[in-house]
Amino acid sequence: MSDVGKMGRPSGLFRPNRDGTPWYARVLRITTTRIVAQTFFFTLFVFLLWVTWFSRMGGYPVSLFLEIDPLVGIATALSTHTVYRWLWRGLWVLVPTLVVGRVFCNWVCPYGTLHHFFAWVFNIRGNRNNIDKNRYRDAQQIKYIILAIFLVLALFGSLQIGLLDPISLLVRSMTTTIAPAADLALISLPGALADTGLRVPSLTFLSSSPGAAEQRVFAGAWFIGLTIIGLVGMNLVIPRFFCRVLCPLGALLGVLSRFSLWRIDRDITKCTDCDLCLKHCEGASDPQGALRKSECFVCFNCIDDCPEDALSFRASPLPATDRIRGSLRDGRATLFGKKVISRNAETVVRHVDLPRRRWLFSAMAGVLAYPFLRLSRAVNKRGYSEKAIRPPGTVEESEFLERCIKCDQCINVCPTNVLQPSLLAEAGLEGFWAPVMDFSVGFCQYNCVLCSEVCPTGAIRTITTDEKLGSGRFAGNGPIRVGTAFFNRGRCLPWAMETPCVVCEEVCPVSPKAIETYREQAVRSDGSKVILNKPYIRPELCIGCGICEHECPVMDDAAVYVTVAGETRSKERSLLLLQGEG
Amino acid sequence: MSGDRKRVHSPAGRKDADTADAARHRFEERRAFLKRAGVAAVLAAGSTWPALAPPGWIFSLRDPDGKRGAPKEKTFRLPEGGFIVEKPATAADLGVARGTDIRAMIRSAVDGIGGIAHYIRKGDIVVVKPNVAFERPALLGATTNPEVLAELIRLVKEAGASEVRVADNPIETPENCFARSGIREAALAAGAKVYLPSPADFQVLNVPGAALIEKWPFFRRPFKDAAKVIGVAPVKDHNLCGASMTTKNWYGLLGGRRNQFHQKIDTIIADLALMLRPTFVLLDGTRVLFRSGPTGGSLSDVRPGRTVVAAVDSLAADAFGWEDLLRRDPGRLPRYFAETAKRGLGNPNWRETVIRETRIG
Repeated sequence: MSDVGKMGRPSGLFRPNRDGTPWYARVLRITTTRIVAQTFFFTLFVFLLWVTWFSRMGGYPVSLFLEIDPLVGIATALSTHTVYRWLWRGLWVLVPTLVVGRVFCNWVCPYGTLHHFFAWVFNIRGNRNNIDKNRYRDAQQIKYIILAIFLVLALFGSLQIGLLDPISLLVRSMTTTIAPAADLALISLPGALADTGLRVPSLTFLSSSPGAAEQRVFAGAWFIGLTIIGLVGMNLVIPRFFCRVLCPLGALLGVLSRFSLWRIDRDITKCTDCDLCLKHCEGASDPQGALRKSECFVCFNCIDDCPEDALSFRASPLPATDRIRGSLRDGRATLFGKKVISRNAETVVRHVDLPRRRWLFSAMAGVLAYPFLRLSRAVNKRGYSEKAIRPPGTVEESEFLERCIKCDQCINVCPTNVLQPSLLAEAGLEGFWAPVMDFSVGFCQYNCVLCSEVCPTGAIRTITTDEKLGSGRFAGNGPIRVGTAFFNRGRCLPWAMETPCVVCEEVCPVSPKAIETYREQAVRSDGSKVILNKPYIRPELCIGCGICEHECPVMDDAAVYVTVAGETRSKERSLLLLQGEG
Repeated sequence: MSGDRKRVHSPAGRKDADTADAARHRFEERRAFLKRAGVAAVLAAGSTWPALAPPGWIFSLRDPDGKRGAPKEKTFRLPEGGFIVEKPATAADLGVARGTDIRAMIRSAVDGIGGIAHYIRKGDIVVVKPNVAFERPALLGATTNPEVLAELIRLVKEAGASEVRVADNPIETPENCFARSGIREAALAAGAKVYLPSPADFQVLNVPGAALIEKWPFFRRPFKDAAKVIGVAPVKDHNLCGASMTTKNWYGLLGGRRNQFHQKIDTIIADLALMLRPTFVLLDGTRVLFRSGPTGGSLSDVRPGRTVVAAVDSLAADAFGWEDLLRRDPGRLPRYFAETAKRGLGNPNWRETVIRETRIG
């Protein structure tokens, strides 16, 4: 404006707005506050994952985001009839949703923020195209179908929400793909640059797994990685695709936000139906017409974008359709004496946009999915995999399937990398991505109980070292066994090849050792004599930690290997008549 | 051009202008063709040269037999002659100190072999190698006593070392082993730096003359610019080789497929003695893991030893430990003693050596 300089007011950055409001009204907007909140919560999320490690844990609530996720709380309450440990924290999200709607989705959820960010950075569309992309579409019903199927399955005791729950999904993706990729860069960068003469200081202190002697690897990481790339990439096609179409947590909050007290309201005496409110609409919730409450992320972009100031966030506004006098068609309608400008008098759709018969269909699909999943051999009592070795403290398998959300926090904290997301072979689709131990990668460290501390749902019960080892207060119980080691004498160096070895006996951590040896002298074909220590297992002492399998020099198919036989959490899988009876 | 065209009214004039336009267009087409041909030629030459130029020519990538592309193994060597400092002629071979005051015992033991000032110069970077192989509390005797380590570090720092680095590559997870054993805390409190192995820290070490580990991945990072190396190892029973003390302690500096070593463990230990020739070693006999080694796991496997031994000859110190601390028959020394001695890397007949024994407290 021309008079700014003359009036002695600051110009440029600090110039006041045209409507006379001061300059900071441009900055101090609720959308700015929202961006600050999103940045804060995303940073907090990454930080909490980063400190999920032996030397960093301190007292941080490392599984906080999983605990405030009300889908985790509600679904496990359906499957176990209990609310475990800190899962009541789901109320921190549930109650605000009942008051102001799905704020979690666009203010707190780190996965939502990730999608929001990518949809924003890679948005190359013009305004008109953006408006069209942000219109409501029927596909947004899918998330309610997914939610219904998952909740019905949970009722039957099969917890599958973790496949798509955004927090579980992001924790899993960060743990098994993003963090290892970052580690790879941190570790190899200084080495790669060393040849060029550049001296880069060691950055390994930033690593997600400092002090691990080897780069962490994860089973099926490629698939988890492609999934997150694909879902994030979908933002280029449909903005917030995951949040709008797939997210079961979003669906749950959508159902709840139907009751929310506050919502976006449109003043039909100001609205000119220009559709500019759709330009940045995150939820595709139709703020330009009848607002779909369940779809609205409460991002407030529409209020920012409205050139007529027709949108506001108000406490329980009533639709005023019945109060309109005159006909909308001839353009002479009035509301409370003011001329109605908008052609669309409807301002809100309260119900969730999934017809009742589709709810019913979804529930039926869930009812059928249960037997299909549970009668698959892998999770059945008669057909379980001998390699579905769960971490110590894990509850009995059918209870485990009621609790595990496949978030892979246990896998994140595991110092030896032995915990792996299981693929279909170990526990079928029901146990997909749940933790199993793979002793070719690591071993269960004797004094370690970290996985049991971070588990948000009690799938791995919190145990102490004393309880794990059967010492101190738990001396009468005996140790927790996750399986038993067996020898394959056909591959064992002393047994089959007259070569000294017994690494297995050396590393066996229990005292007295669960691996002992027969001392035998063998005469080789050339007449030379060799004294061999031939190892054998004492099953009553073996805890199945798998360090013998991990250290066995017969690397690919170890000559000593652990299976779930004899694990303490299951009576059906016990091995010895007297084992564990103390 | 368009301006010209407007002024032209006669049909003949327009025809001239059209001809000129067409000629100009043809010229521009030719120019564009030449430009593209030039780019194509450069790209063709740029891909043909590296593909076909013989190896050794500039920008050549040609590799007729696959040898150029084969990964190159980068090896390194530790300093010629190791980190040895000759023992003063008047000093004892074994400095043995008994008692309970660890600080005084270590000083007395090292004084026995000539005193710390003889071995450590001002400004030295010193690597101290404890045994942190397992994630065990120190009381279980599977790892070096953290008090012994801390007092050793203080002694070395007092002698003027500019930096003391504590390093080991444990069997179990390094971070947890260093924490649970108390080694990390003790080392940091005494003013040392702790080096945990990370994948980039290993490089293949060339040990000329080694029987089995001539080339083997070695935990190199702590050894950059290091002038002195001191080993400090506990006295432990070992299921395979009989006993694990200061000589076998160097196992923890290697990476790679260490689990193959057990197939010829005695030769490997002799190789280890060749690989790392330390400034001196300290045998930590404050606790003795006399059975169920090398892991232990029960207090009943440990008995107090109340002894530390300083020596330049680690084999002599180990032989002393075998007889005096593990209380085993000197006639049945593990085979690696003979193998190591045969290569001139130590003297297992500790009774022939000069011993200075002190009793403290």
